[in-house]
Amino acid sequence: MPIQLTTPLTEDQVRSLKVGDTVELSGRLYTGRDAVHHRLHHGEKPPVDLKGQVIYHCGPVMVKVGDRYECRAAGPTTSSREEPYQWEVMRDHGIRGVIGKGGMGPKTLAGCKQYGCVYFHAIGGAAQVCAERITRVDGVDWMDLGSPEAVWHLWAEKFPLIVTIDAHGNSLHADVLASSKSKLDALKA
Amino acid sequence: MICEADTLADPMATTTASTLQASLLELIRVTSTVLPEDVVSAVQKAKGVEAEGSNAAYALDVIDCNIGLAKQKSQPLCQDTGSILVYVHAPVGYDLVAFEEAFIAATKEATAKGYLRQNSVDSVTGHNSGDNVGPGTPDLHLHQWHRDYVEVKLMLKGGGCENVGAQYSLPHPDLGGRDLKGVENAILDCIHKAQGQGCGPGILGVCIGGDRASGYAESKHQLLRLMGDSNGDPVLGELEERIVAKANQSGIGPMGFGGTTTLLGCKIGKLNRVPASFFVTISYMCWAFRRQGITLTRGGEIGEWLY
Repeated sequence: MPIQLTTPLTEDQVRSLKVGDTVELSGRLYTGRDAVHHRLHHGEKPPVDLKGQVIYHCGPVMVKVGDRYECRAAGPTTSSREEPYQWEVMRDHGIRGVIGKGGMGPKTLAGCKQYGCVYFHAIGGAAQVCAERITRVDGVDWMDLGSPEAVWHLWAEKFPLIVTIDAHGNSLHADVLASSKSKLDALKA
Repeated sequence: MICEADTLADPMATTTASTLQASLLELIRVTSTVLPEDVVSAVQKAKGVEAEGSNAAYALDVIDCNIGLAKQKSQPLCQDTGSILVYVHAPVGYDLVAFEEAFIAATKEATAKGYLRQNSVDSVTGHNSGDNVGPGTPDLHLHQWHRDYVEVKLMLKGGGCENVGAQYSLPHPDLGGRDLKGVENAILDCIHKAQGQGCGPGILGVCIGGDRASGYAESKHQLLRLMGDSNGDPVLGELEERIVAKANQSGIGPMGFGGTTTLLGCKIGKLNRVPASFFVTISYMCWAFRRQGITLTRGGEIGEWLY
């Protein structure tokens, strides 16, 4: 059975998770991808308090209906592009979780361990399964970045995730990278 | 008489243009929301292969569920509706300028309706055009042919998989020389570097030869082939099978979670090269392999669906 968690997360909750755990995450999620991380890296103050919160690497399809937004598709984007910056966001803004796909590298792994954060893997391309669990869109900041890059305030119910980088120095991605290297080396033509 | 013909032609042209735009909008909607049957079959076949209870099996279950939901709700399979790649063949004398205008209008409409995400960003200012139209987007490839009907194929290729494509120049110190071994090792290297970042299980389009531009164009063109087809060139056909077999022994698996299904398919073509160059170019396509096609009737309505 998946572990049930609600944001904001505490350090204890995050440190109790390990690679391979399935989690259903509920509560506030903030989207933040390339342009958001670029701004934070250059010292801009985030538009919301990120302490204890979870950043979702996602550029959703949003359609404005009347005065509110409908989330039409909201799967994860590739996280590795935020590898240079993610650890800083943990250090400076106290996030406890990152949702994305494709995994992240050694800087993020070290950051998760040092600051108490985990990487949750959503299923890439599964934008409808993800959007079904986004029950509300409560606001948006930094719309000047364009809709896919903005900070959307999503409300999630039982968002399905797998922990692939934990706060104890373990990474499924580092393991598969190494094991597939030796297997493919043996299969070389 | 000429004036009379012109006044008669005008409303006809308008009707045809709006019919054509509606047909192209429907092509975009279906491409974004309904995975083609040949790809669905490949995903379902892969589901039976992964160990029960594994992360790989879980990923494929979610993917399968997503395919059903997207179709049912008529909403995008993936929020990254990608680069809009359009391949058109039209009879000599067909007005391709009017076609392009209709496609651009359909693209704007599809974006407003949420079938496409706002995916056209100025590379210097960061400004999003908001309607998917801008320099280079959508990307139309217009050709003439001697058949008497128009064929339109559309591919929506997300950025995650586009980013893990690669181009190798052989010989390469670690991968080998200008032969099929070098080609094979280059493709395997690309698969390893991609890991799960291209939203595998993936489908590779590969071009051996050409130049840096035509290599990428042909690698994408290979993705227009049906999943289950056989390569007309038996040497390339064998290489395709060998690549899939080896990739699926790598243990990368769906989403890079580990497992058996790293690739669903591999399509390889070749172009002539200049003696000095030997490129191997790989376009990685995600499992959400959105490509569809239609033929158009003379009135601009949809004739047949091609996938």
